[in-house]
Amino acid sequence: MSEPSTIEKAGGGVATYVDQRVGSNKFLARNLGKVFPDHWSFMLGEIALYSFIVVLITGTFLTFFYKPSMIEVVYDGSYVPLKGILMSEAYASSLDISFDIRGGLLIRQMHHWAALIFIAAMAVHMFRVFFTGAFRKPREFNWLIGVVLVTLGLIAGFSGYSLPDDLLSGTGLQITRGIAQAIPVIGTWATFLLFDGQFPGSDFISRLYSVHILLVPGLILALVTVHLMLVWTQKHTQFPGPGRTNENVVGYPLMPVYMAKAGGFFFIVFGIIALIGGMVTINPIWIFGPFMPDQVSAGSQPDWYMGFLDGALRMMPNWETNLFDWWTISWNILIPAVIVPGILFTGLALYPFIEAWVTGDKKEHHLLDRPRNNPTRTGFGVMAITFYGLLWIGGGNDIIATSFDLTINSITWFLRIAIFVIPPIMFVVTRRICLGLQRRDRDKLLHGYESGRILRLPHGEFIEVHEPISIKDKAVIMSKTDITPLPAPERRDSAGVRNKRYHLQNVQHKLSGFFYAENIAKPSAAEIEAAEHHVAHEVALEAPLHAYEDADQINTFHGGVLHHPGMPQTNAEQLAERAQH
Amino acid sequence: MFAPSLLTIALVSVGGAYAVISSSQTAQAADAGQVAIDEGNKLYLTGCSSCHGMQAQGSANGPTLLGVGAASVHFQVATGRMPLAAPGAQAMAKEPQYTADETAQLAAYVASLAPGPAIPTAEQLNYEDADIAQGGVLFRVNCAQCHQAAGQGGALTYGKYAPSLMKATPQELYEAMVSGPQSMPVFSNGTLPVEEKQAIIAYVSELQDAPNPGGLSLGRLGPVTEGLFLWTAVFAALIGAAVWIGIKAR
Repeated sequence: MSEPSTIEKAGGGVATYVDQRVGSNKFLARNLGKVFPDHWSFMLGEIALYSFIVVLITGTFLTFFYKPSMIEVVYDGSYVPLKGILMSEAYASSLDISFDIRGGLLIRQMHHWAALIFIAAMAVHMFRVFFTGAFRKPREFNWLIGVVLVTLGLIAGFSGYSLPDDLLSGTGLQITRGIAQAIPVIGTWATFLLFDGQFPGSDFISRLYSVHILLVPGLILALVTVHLMLVWTQKHTQFPGPGRTNENVVGYPLMPVYMAKAGGFFFIVFGIIALIGGMVTINPIWIFGPFMPDQVSAGSQPDWYMGFLDGALRMMPNWETNLFDWWTISWNILIPAVIVPGILFTGLALYPFIEAWVTGDKKEHHLLDRPRNNPTRTGFGVMAITFYGLLWIGGGNDIIATSFDLTINSITWFLRIAIFVIPPIMFVVTRRICLGLQRRDRDKLLHGYESGRILRLPHGEFIEVHEPISIKDKAVIMSKTDITPLPAPERRDSAGVRNKRYHLQNVQHKLSGFFYAENIAKPSAAEIEAAEHHVAHEVALEAPLHAYEDADQINTFHGGVLHHPGMPQTNAEQLAERAQH
Repeated sequence: MFAPSLLTIALVSVGGAYAVISSSQTAQAADAGQVAIDEGNKLYLTGCSSCHGMQAQGSANGPTLLGVGAASVHFQVATGRMPLAAPGAQAMAKEPQYTADETAQLAAYVASLAPGPAIPTAEQLNYEDADIAQGGVLFRVNCAQCHQAAGQGGALTYGKYAPSLMKATPQELYEAMVSGPQSMPVFSNGTLPVEEKQAIIAYVSELQDAPNPGGLSLGRLGPVTEGLFLWTAVFAALIGAAVWIGIKAR
């Protein structure tokens, strides 16, 4: 071993110095070698983390120049079409950031794009976790933290969208006010609390500002920390593969592989955000003008993550109940804006617990499911995404109408029916596709994969050569666990004692059947062994064909049929021989 | 002695000559106007009367044109909305079917039937001194709820729509305001004085010409196109990068 270089000596010196004071070497030695499994979909959560970091950095810059005040000022900046107009200081300072502060527009656009990416990346990360069953024991709490993070992301995003106090953001707040008012009993008082009296009042900007820059980011940071610590201590899940079990983690060490990968990916995400922040307009507040409660623009939409709520509101029929002539219940707002999202998010939060209960599964899971191997879960996921997507379409109904020459009324009516019809269809279709894929997996395991080579036998029959699948594919397919539905509960046990929990257990049994009754069972060990012999034999038989060039007499063909040189068989002989294999 | 009578003769002859000449000029102008009306009438009978009626009284297929004024005719015909391509929710702008002269003749004919808003003069259309910022306020109060804050247009009920203003000329904007075509309300000079109309026209031309300081505009359609861009281009890039990094390690 050569002498350590000057740099190595210096590095060692620093490490020793720090270690003697904070005891870091032991910690680093233990953790830097930590192994993480590798898959591109494990990086979706990283996109969320990195875009959140960009949001924090750019947001800090913006706080230097933004004034969270609703005091009316006369605009005197460099954007001519608004010169001399009365507006809030919040809007004026947002315009200044856009036009009069060096790099301000770039940072504002980066902040906004990064925020949109943050929430979208959380959603995509959640899809991965959901469809692979990564939320199962012991990770249910981390799933819950994730759901809370998404919710906080929505609040962070929406409060930020409202801060510039332009016409679009004010319109969004008007709708928020309407939604808060629709909550029975406390609605009116809740809005007074939010806006300190009547809307718009003169306080909501400063209140939203505290929520946006202090409360929500603080909570997000704290929860992200817990989220990552749990990933650290529980270890990352991995996809099935050769040598990967529920008890191990196969991958690369944190140092140097993941340090380099994660660091590099951070800069890629940062770079993409900087690129679109500099090249693609987002929220051109100067076009919308200052918020005035008497004005509204056509095509007013929220950012993408609130689009589903807006869409639900837009497609809801105008139902209202007036009780005793003094109490109005606005179903037209209450159902789409409070009840539906309430069900959606509660269902999301509770899903891991529901599935665990239905399955009766108390085991720990560190090996991920392939989506096809849990068709009902995958079906639910696709159904929920379809439902959300239809609400989304509703949110853009006017843009869709003008862009595609449709009428807004027919879009609305289509959605009112589709929202009940299409998601269940998608559920059934997805489940069928999953079961089909399971069948194919079983087929591949038993009969090998279709190599694409067609052979013609001497008697004229064409067959396709099957070859055994790779060890990796085999390990992946074999990772499937067949879940048997829970048995029907007994009304009375063998001693004749009444089962008090009969009805609950019966529900559990029915649901369990719904989840797992349809399943393409993984082949048994004996079946696989037999099949392997068969496939291996086919391949062995085929060997002479590969040696075509060298053989001096070719009359040996593949297909489970062995032809002796110079002795063509009859059809009956061939079939009899094939039947043996 | 002769001087006063001479003066009288001179005055009378000059005055008389003037009267003759000027009346003939008026007559000529009147003739030209009448020719335009007559020509317009012919065009009207061939191209418009099947829906609007032989005397522009209207029919089951089209409204009366009595009192709509020259401004309305010019707007509808010069933007190609009339003659109608096909019955539908709303007349669509297309290539104009009549020349500028023919359009003027049609306008003259319809205007001759009953009084209505006239085609704006060059003076009325001169918005050079108009206050753009004030125009912006007026635009957001009066126009943006249908035509969208950036003038990109918006949807109305049952397939009707407020068209994009990005290609509208000042004259078309003015005529639309005074005549209220299709679903649009009339903004008479009582509601919106000429100076305010000019301010709005100034603001719309500003919107038409304004650069996009933020980069690619995404059609200035707001969060819908932003979201579409995010979920297609941006996520393709981000996930592409993730897959790329994931592959490298293998």
